[in-house]
Amino acid sequence: MLMQYMLQFRETPEERAKPTDPARAGAYWVGWQAYIGALAQSGTMVGGNVLRPPETATTLRVENGTRHVVDGPFADTKEQLAGFVILDVPDLDAALEWASRAPCASGGSVEVRPVLPPLAA
Amino acid sequence: MDEARRDTTAQARLAARESYGKLLAILAARTRDVAAAEDALADAFAAALAQWPEDGVPSNPVGWLLTVARRSAGHAAARRQTAERSLAMVQMLEDERNDTASDGFGDDRLKLMFTCTHPAIAADAQAPLMLQTVLGLDATRIAASFLVAPASMGQRLVRAKRRIRDAGIAFAIPEAEDIPVRLSAVLSAIYAAYGTAWDDVAGADPRLAGLAYEAIWLARLTVQLAPEQPEALGLLAMMLHCEARRAARRGPDGNFIPLRDQDVSLWSRDMMAEAEAALRAAARVSQPGRFQTEAAIQSLHAQSRTTGERLHGPLAQLYDVLAGFAPTTGVLVARAVALAENGEANVALSQLDAITGAETYQPWWASRARILWLCGQEAAAREAASRAAALSSDPGIRRFLLAGGYRDGP
Repeated sequence: MLMQYMLQFRETPEERAKPTDPARAGAYWVGWQAYIGALAQSGTMVGGNVLRPPETATTLRVENGTRHVVDGPFADTKEQLAGFVILDVPDLDAALEWASRAPCASGGSVEVRPVLPPLAA
Repeated sequence: MDEARRDTTAQARLAARESYGKLLAILAARTRDVAAAEDALADAFAAALAQWPEDGVPSNPVGWLLTVARRSAGHAAARRQTAERSLAMVQMLEDERNDTASDGFGDDRLKLMFTCTHPAIAADAQAPLMLQTVLGLDATRIAASFLVAPASMGQRLVRAKRRIRDAGIAFAIPEAEDIPVRLSAVLSAIYAAYGTAWDDVAGADPRLAGLAYEAIWLARLTVQLAPEQPEALGLLAMMLHCEARRAARRGPDGNFIPLRDQDVSLWSRDMMAEAEAALRAAARVSQPGRFQTEAAIQSLHAQSRTTGERLHGPLAQLYDVLAGFAPTTGVLVARAVALAENGEANVALSQLDAITGAETYQPWWASRARILWLCGQEAAAREAASRAAALSSDPGIRRFLLAGGYRDGP
């Protein structure tokens, strides 16, 4: 039985600074490319993407019919969502195994969540 | 006839005790739905209690129970047709029925134990979950032993089972490289079920003793299923040594009797022999660890009391080793006492003072009383003993402390 999991990659400000630092950007992207490449090759990846930095986010809320649009991510926490993948794997341990290989696993965190199977019609 | 009926009932109970965990492991392995497997098993046992007295005990009671439980799980799944999950479950049950390997009733209880102690399950739910799924204990009994309200224990267990199913925690033996860490979680859960600090001067809370037998049963099972694991043997040896002294630990009036004053003729020789055999088997693997060290400490205590040999030096050394493996408050407190017994009471006192966050830890105060007394500080020792007594909920231990039980002699 396969289950789908979403791996949410979270980065600290320290990690987020890497791609804009010429001295560290190369190694940063090589790390992610290798990781995503390995995932794609394993045949477990259903989808996923890397996101632009949290400063580019826009958050919207509707209260009493009025739209409130705010510049920035929904929560101003230290760790921010940097990307996600959806995997098809047999169990949580397999998902955790992939999570542990993510470049941000040591300089941030990876949240692993089972995807709710589509509801039967 | 009545007697025959009673016999059959007893046989059904026995089959339940011996096969509960095995059956649950088989039923839940693929669906990961522990709650559904429990319901199916409950149906099967109820059917056994109703039918066996009429029709006699089947030639293969475990096989009979499994068949009925699977049928019941299939019916339950079919009733929940709306959920897609159930279709998957029916398919899995079908696969399982056709799976000849599991028809031999392989023992998947070790997998079940690894599932219950998976790091993704709340730490305070792991031991209760294992007691419930492997032994079939009910939540009320488990709650009483962990000093938790039955309702909150029930909730904790329900949440943990839901998590196994929804998070997709596998019923599997971990990868070889992960086994030491994962096995240590299994052993810690068994240890938590046993209750801790038996041989602290005042640690033992009698209400925690309720599951000692079950914990030893689980440790024996772990050793049987994973015979090459020295820490499992160590845990078994440690618990058996402590358990061997149960009858000697309390006087007829319920008074607490410390190890140094126990009547050794009341100790169980059988359990001590089993403990020593387990410890020797562990030593042959040459991979020392926390539980083996604790067992060695208990073994030395036993040797010292039965032969009269003074072993305070080796005991203090073993506590140093133990503190290296597991520098918990309980171990650090016990190490200080061992040092004081070995004639270094003043050093022991400063070690004890250096332990932070133990202001309301009863064994800390009880140990302080003993160490202060060994330092020759009578008045301070009495004061520490009364603080310890105030923190104890056990009348036998309170009496022991207030009567000056931290001193030697009558």
